[in-house]
Amino acid sequence: MAEPLDDYIDAVSKALALPVEEAWRPAVRANLEVSLRLARLVDEFALPDETEPAPVFTA
Amino acid sequence: MTIKPEMTASDIASAVAGGRMSAIDPTEAALARIKRHDTTLNSFTDVTAERARARALAIDADIAAGKKVGPLAGVPFAVKSLFDVAGLSTRAGSKINRDLAPAKRDATLIERMEAAGAVLVGALNMGEYAYDFTGENVHDGPSRNPHDTTRMTGGSSGGSGSAVGGALVPLALGSDTNGSIRVPASFCGIFGLKPTYGRLSRARSFPFVASLDHLGPFARSVTDLALAYDVMQGPDADDGACTTRGVEPAAPLLGESIAGLRVAIAGGHFQKNVFPEAVEAVSRVAKALGATRVIDVPEASRARAAAYVITTTEGASLHLDRLRRRPNDFDPAVRDRLIAGAMVPAPLVDRAQKFRRWYRAQLAEIFRSVDVLLAPATPCTAPKLGQVNFNLDGVELPVRANIGIHTQPISFIGLPVVAVPVPLEPLPIGVQIIAAPWREDVALRVAYALEQMGVASAPSPKGI
Repeated sequence: MAEPLDDYIDAVSKALALPVEEAWRPAVRANLEVSLRLARLVDEFALPDETEPAPVFTA
Repeated sequence: MTIKPEMTASDIASAVAGGRMSAIDPTEAALARIKRHDTTLNSFTDVTAERARARALAIDADIAAGKKVGPLAGVPFAVKSLFDVAGLSTRAGSKINRDLAPAKRDATLIERMEAAGAVLVGALNMGEYAYDFTGENVHDGPSRNPHDTTRMTGGSSGGSGSAVGGALVPLALGSDTNGSIRVPASFCGIFGLKPTYGRLSRARSFPFVASLDHLGPFARSVTDLALAYDVMQGPDADDGACTTRGVEPAAPLLGESIAGLRVAIAGGHFQKNVFPEAVEAVSRVAKALGATRVIDVPEASRARAAAYVITTTEGASLHLDRLRRRPNDFDPAVRDRLIAGAMVPAPLVDRAQKFRRWYRAQLAEIFRSVDVLLAPATPCTAPKLGQVNFNLDGVELPVRANIGIHTQPISFIGLPVVAVPVPLEPLPIGVQIIAAPWREDVALRVAYALEQMGVASAPSPKGI
């Protein structure tokens, strides 16, 4: 049975020309679920529109 | 002069500079110890014996000619295999990078260590491409914990932890993106310094996550840690993130009183998901320092999440082409994490970088009223090699995902940390001494005071 993220994985795999063999799919999906869960935690935190990113951080 | 395995770098340098020992002697002693014990510890991937002997003999010739030698004269050291070593391919724990042409020039930090008289004896095992907290490596086998060789060293600077913890060398260099110096320091019972982001040059080292990568030293004493740190400081145009600040020596300040320092215990996230040994270690350190105030670091769990997102996406970007061309040459676990990282939508990464700035401001506010924060370096002592889960208060938790939960929210905003070893039985565990940006000197002074009090020390290796 197809998992909810499978269509997304297929689409991004094609868009990035990044191969995902069937044998790897369960682990890729499990890792993506963790990444998205943690990203959601960040996404839920309200920040002012003016907030600057810190791509290279200078302490 | 007899060379004991645990002789410190400062004692070696002092004996060599004072003519009581030849520089070749500690080099030969280190090479012999590596030969004897590294079949067990598996901490080295390359031993540069010829180079080391030539270097040591050159120091002896300088001394014989009456020339002045540096503060690390004759001190053997080794580096994680992501540092460029002239003549070696910079494998960074991978199979793929072994096909790279040999490096033409040493990493900046190796050049600075050798300019101070230190002698490079080899390159060290590590988790593949530094995306690891265990010290296990599918290509080279795991580095092994010197206190119990059935256990993890921690990673990703696993060989660095094992080599110094096993007293094969008094000093090693490693890298820390999310905890890769502090975790092996904790599991292997040694001191580790993750300096402020941008403090030490990363030039000619293989990257992982550019906006989170730091390099730093491991040692068995705080004096040695500070000596190595001091000689490696200074601007470097070859690393775009390296500070333009001048050298700010910490070693001369170690003995200064810490009486006026305001020390607090990090609460909230840093007191959750910890085993009793981590609680005990923080408690011993706090008691010794007279620290009772607990400060809740706001949104530290979210900071850990944001660090995870930035790591997996920047790491994926770095390796994208290798993932396309040679996916089967990666450690499958690393490959599958990186492929997933390539699939995280861009706005979520941008949110993580914006959150980073917000979080930095919260910590800056905290450091207006304290000088040092204390936190566990790891939630537990070294797990067994290959261990998948641990049980905490009846809840099964995955080992790999939880080893770095207390280090990630700190490196996320580049704060300087000394991981100090608390010699509990049967295994040591580390505590993070966290200071404000650019105040490595404060963290090192506190670490030194703890060492003088006997609260922090590197235990003798019991497993070899």
